[in-house]
Amino acid sequence: MSIFEYNGAAIVAMAGKECVAIGSDLRFGVQFQTLATDYKKVYKIHDKLFIGLAGLGTDAQTMYQKLKFRHNLYKLREERNIKPSTFGELVSSVLYEKRFGPYFVSPVIAGLDDKTSAPYICGMDTIGAIETADDFMVAGTAPDSLYGMCESMFRPDMEPEELFETVTQCLMSGADRDALSGWGAIVYVITKDKVVARTLKGRMD
Amino acid sequence: MGESQYSFSLTTFSPSGKLVQIEYALNAVAAGATSLGIKATNGVVLATEKKLRSTLIDESTVKRISVVSPNIGLAYSGMGPDSRLLVRRARKQAQAYYRVYKEHIPVAQLCRETAAVMQEFTQSGGVRPFGVSLLMAGYDDNGPQLYQIDPSGSYFAWKASAIGKNMTNAKTFLEKRYSEDMELEDAVHTALLTLKEGFEGQISGHNIEVAIVGEDQKFRVLTPAEVSDYLEEVE
Repeated sequence: MSIFEYNGAAIVAMAGKECVAIGSDLRFGVQFQTLATDYKKVYKIHDKLFIGLAGLGTDAQTMYQKLKFRHNLYKLREERNIKPSTFGELVSSVLYEKRFGPYFVSPVIAGLDDKTSAPYICGMDTIGAIETADDFMVAGTAPDSLYGMCESMFRPDMEPEELFETVTQCLMSGADRDALSGWGAIVYVITKDKVVARTLKGRMD
Repeated sequence: MGESQYSFSLTTFSPSGKLVQIEYALNAVAAGATSLGIKATNGVVLATEKKLRSTLIDESTVKRISVVSPNIGLAYSGMGPDSRLLVRRARKQAQAYYRVYKEHIPVAQLCRETAAVMQEFTQSGGVRPFGVSLLMAGYDDNGPQLYQIDPSGSYFAWKASAIGKNMTNAKTFLEKRYSEDMELEDAVHTALLTLKEGFEGQISGHNIEVAIVGEDQKFRVLTPAEVSDYLEEVE
């Protein structure tokens, strides 16, 4: 068994028109035993920047703490919020520092540019090789079914509401085909002036 | 450090609360060749004298303005060798920032980091303060910026400033000539006029150095030919 499949996760990020959405399932388990059904895997860095961390739960939490720490210092030093693309590079370099004993996480980053409101989405592997996308990014224990859903549901330039529907459907249907993720989901839709978070119920079995 | 007999800090307070070593360092700066900088609406210009002790020195090898990162450069007044260490540290800092963020370091950040190095040398054991003041010019998302960093490690943002020999006269001259809506071309002219004012002998493209950074965010030291062209425009 791969260590990436110890706790289970499903994460989807998708870009719309001047908006971006990112969501995760809510299951936390140890192999096939479900321990919690309110475990969010998407973390907020600032108002327009979120990161989803799939993989080993303990490493994901440590990663988030490290990144929060780096961002807090960045904000004090530079007196501004970090740009999503810059944050992507930061995460990448933090991961590569542990090249030969990596954190077992696969991050997905979703954010909006402060000035242009252009969506930014990227994912990377455990040692920080960045893959940027202008449509969608997935991570977790059900990547095949998530990719399949996203590839058939994605349309360019979706408005926030439509984007929410699409991400939700992709996430829920994708996770339904996976035993290690599911049990509801949380989806964040980030727009220029607000973030909407919706907690959803799915097949609770 | 710590092994040597001289591992204590050489910069110590005088009873009146002054750090005389730092004042001496400022004297070293004041004895150095004049450097000046002007911030315009769309860029920054740095200009400096390149006076040589002997006519036998190959002047094309003497460089008083250094590029630190693509959008930031430095000019110094005071001790040349001291400035090179700071330039090396600043370049390294800029690359360290770029390695992590894949984004060029903002001018304010680099200025603070460089000032921190200079401060360290006022408090560490076995070292003396730097005998230089720096003018750091750059252009980033916050627009054109001009900073001056002193041997004590204090730094200020300026609209226009001068350091080195004649700095008082040059600053008075700049105060008269400076205007808020000046563009880069005008700023270059003003810089040359200011330099000319305190210049002993015949000014030419070979005995001064001029650098600009504009909206393209590329810091560039002008060639002697370009400087000569600007000098002709001024005359």
